[in-house]
Parts: sequence; structure tokens; C-alpha cells
Amino acid sequence: MKHDKVTIKIPRPLYNRVQQLIDDSGFNSPTDFIVYVLRDVLSEKGVTNAEKFTPEELAAIKDKLRRLGYLD
Amino acid sequence: MISPHGGTLVSRVIPAAERSAALAHARTLPVIDLNAREASDLLLIAIGGMSPLEGFMGRDAYESVLTGMRLPSGHVWSLPVTLAVSDESIAKRATPFEAALRTPDGNIAGIISVEELYRPDKVREATLALGTGDEAHPGVQYLKSTGATYAGGKVRMLERTKTGPFANRELDPAETRALFAEKKWERVCAFQTRNPIHRAHEYLIKCALEIVDGFLIHPAMGETKSDDVPASARMDCYLALMEHYFPSANVALAAFPYAMRYAGPREAILHALIRQNYGCTHFIVGRDHAGVGNYYGTYDAQKLFWTIAGEVAITPIMFEHSFYCRRCNGMASQKTCPHGNADRIVLSGTKVREMLQNGDALPQEFTRPEIAAILQKHYAQSRVG
Repeated sequence: MKHDKVTIKIPRPLYNRVQQLIDDSGFNSPTDFIVYVLRDVLSEKGVTNAEKFTPEELAAIKDKLRRLGYLD
Repeated sequence: MISPHGGTLVSRVIPAAERSAALAHARTLPVIDLNAREASDLLLIAIGGMSPLEGFMGRDAYESVLTGMRLPSGHVWSLPVTLAVSDESIAKRATPFEAALRTPDGNIAGIISVEELYRPDKVREATLALGTGDEAHPGVQYLKSTGATYAGGKVRMLERTKTGPFANRELDPAETRALFAEKKWERVCAFQTRNPIHRAHEYLIKCALEIVDGFLIHPAMGETKSDDVPASARMDCYLALMEHYFPSANVALAAFPYAMRYAGPREAILHALIRQNYGCTHFIVGRDHAGVGNYYGTYDAQKLFWTIAGEVAITPIMFEHSFYCRRCNGMASQKTCPHGNADRIVLSGTKVREMLQNGDALPQEFTRPEIAAILQKHYAQSRVG
């Protein structure tokens, strides 16, 4: 499987702490855990899909949501 | 807002301006008939619910998903999404070619650009995807019932129409994303169900809601097993709960046009990925998620989820078995309640069905009276019918 991956250096003590933290967890490696945490943080900073709509498309969707009672 | 799985919300619905020409073209093509599940999958692919999929899987994706739970791109994907062909005249055609996709109600719903035709080993598929080859498993029965050849290729849907009994409750991923943005819900948890929501699940939903901004109750309203409570009765139950027990400012109910696989752990992951596409950041993985019979361990889905948790953006919220405890005098779970089974009110699905079929009342500690009344009415009508 091809993955585009890069190497990021983190302090050894932090790595060791992560290693201890994931013992007996479902995470297979510190990398898995760190990627998981970063995704969780970044997921809330991503591009809002609604921003990709044209203003007309977004207005139409909101109108529809109001008609259906989902929005006041 | 959380990104769709794979980064982009797929849209494979033909723009309105091109629809007439596309329909005229589709009428000139050979026809592949879809069963109910395939029709649901076509819809979910077209509206982006199954992003990054743009069509039914070819052999590479099928093999990659079966053996490694990844698409060839490396993205996690846990179950095959395939189109089975029964018609030998189609199955033997030279590829590539286009075919019209006809839904069970006889409508031409889309067009597939068939890039390859391949013959799967369905016993192997069942073993890898469902974890069993037992013919009593509904997923195995499904595989046996479908054509021997799979057609892989991108699809285009002619038109997104909402005409079913839950049309007003069906929100596409673009719509739920707009809803969450408008409500300023940054953290949204989804709950998948194919059953009426009793108090144990209501409790899980409310526990999860304590740590997120909003909640999407997202019941699968596509094809389910014949002994599951029918969708119309379930929808009445969900609406009653919304009216009486959930705050509308923080909880939304939408119908999920998805056909169940009953694939347990692997299906739990698929359910989560699809909810990410709907804009949800969290997903409840309960006990025996998407399970059936005794094929899967109580927490197998949760264990499998942890193996891929580093690779998906949606966050699972794992819950243990929950129930009403008389001594706690409230809802609790194995994690929070120190008392024994004698104090806990736990009813299996089989027992609940048996009580309803006999006309017995369900305890209010198990289900809300409004839900019990709806279910009793449904079962009474079934007995008469």
C-alpha cells in the first residue's frame, strides 16, 4: 500500500511517555496514537464543507432545512 | 467542520441541466437491475455518504478492502461495496461499457461506467468480511442470493429525489453539514440504530451529548431483517423520543438511507466513516454493534475500531452495556454500577419481541411509555394482520 508519509521528530521523553501511555491500549504504536490525536485536533479546524457551496446553493439548503423544521 | 473521509465530499449526481440528455442516453444502454441494498449504495455513493468511493468496487479495491480493510489509496474502508450482476448477457460483455442502473421499483436511477467484471469467491468474501460462512447469517444469505459476477466502475445518479415515506427526514451529507454549521455545532456525535431506542440507548445518547455540541440520531431506514421492527414503527418511536425526551436545540433526527449488512465489527467502522462524511466528529460504538445472533463478541467492534483509530478522523465513543439499576435508582452501565444482575433490568431483543407479541407491557425502566405504546400498537396490528 502506498502512503505519503513524512518523518517528524519529537523529544525522546515525550515519545517514551506516549509509549507508556499506549501500553495495553488498542493503539499499535506511538505513531498511531500521535496521528489519532492530531487528526482529532485538526478535524475541528478543517474547511467547512458548507463554505464550498455557492451562496445560492447554501441559501437553498438552509431554506429547505427551515421548511423541514430543522432550523428556526 | 470535520473533513469528509478521503478529503472531499463526493457528488455523483448529474447536474439538473444535463439530466434529460443523460436519461435519454441511459435508455439506450443495457440495464443492470439493482437490489434494495445496491440501490441504497448507489444513493449513498452519489450523495457523498460513501466518500471517497465514486462507484462500485473493482477487483483491486475489493481485494484490498477484504484483506486489509483499506482502499488501494490507503484510506481505511472496512466492507466491500459491490454490484452483483445476474444477467449473463451483461456479465459476459467486453469492458469497458456503460449500463443503466434500474432500482427495484423499475426506475432508471443512474449510469455505471463498467471498467471491469470479475467473479468473486463469495465464501471467502463471507469469511473475511462477515467472519463466518454460516448460511444462517443474513449477510451470507445475501451473498448467496446475488449474481456471480461483480461489475466495478464509477456511477452517476440521474436525480436525487426524495419520495419515500421518510423523505422529509432524509438529509444528505451536504445538508447535515450545512445544518451543523448553521447551528454552530463543532463537535457532533452520531448514533446508528436499526431498532427502537429504549432507555439504555437514550442514556448513551445523553451521556455522549454531555461532551459534544450536538447529536445526530441517524437510524438506518433502508433494508433490514424481516424480524426487525419495521421502519415506519421505528420512525414513530424516534419522533416520540424527539418530542418528549430530547432537546431539539441539541439533537437532530435524520433518516439514514442505508441497508444493513449485519457484519458486526467491520460494519461498525463503515458506519463511522459514513457518519464522518455526514459531518459528525464522534460516533457511538456500542455493544455488539451491527451484530446479529451470536456471531460476534460483545465488544469485538470496539476492539477492531481501536486497530484503525489512528487512521480515521472520526472519534469513537465506546460504551459498555447499559441498563436501569434499581439500587442506583437510575440508568447506569457496567462501568458505573457496582450492583449485580438481580438489581438490573435487562431485556434481550428476543424477550422484548416475545413480550410484545404476547401483548405484555414493557417495564417503564426499560422503555419510555410513549415508545412502549407505539410498539404495542404495532404488534397488536401485526397479530390482527
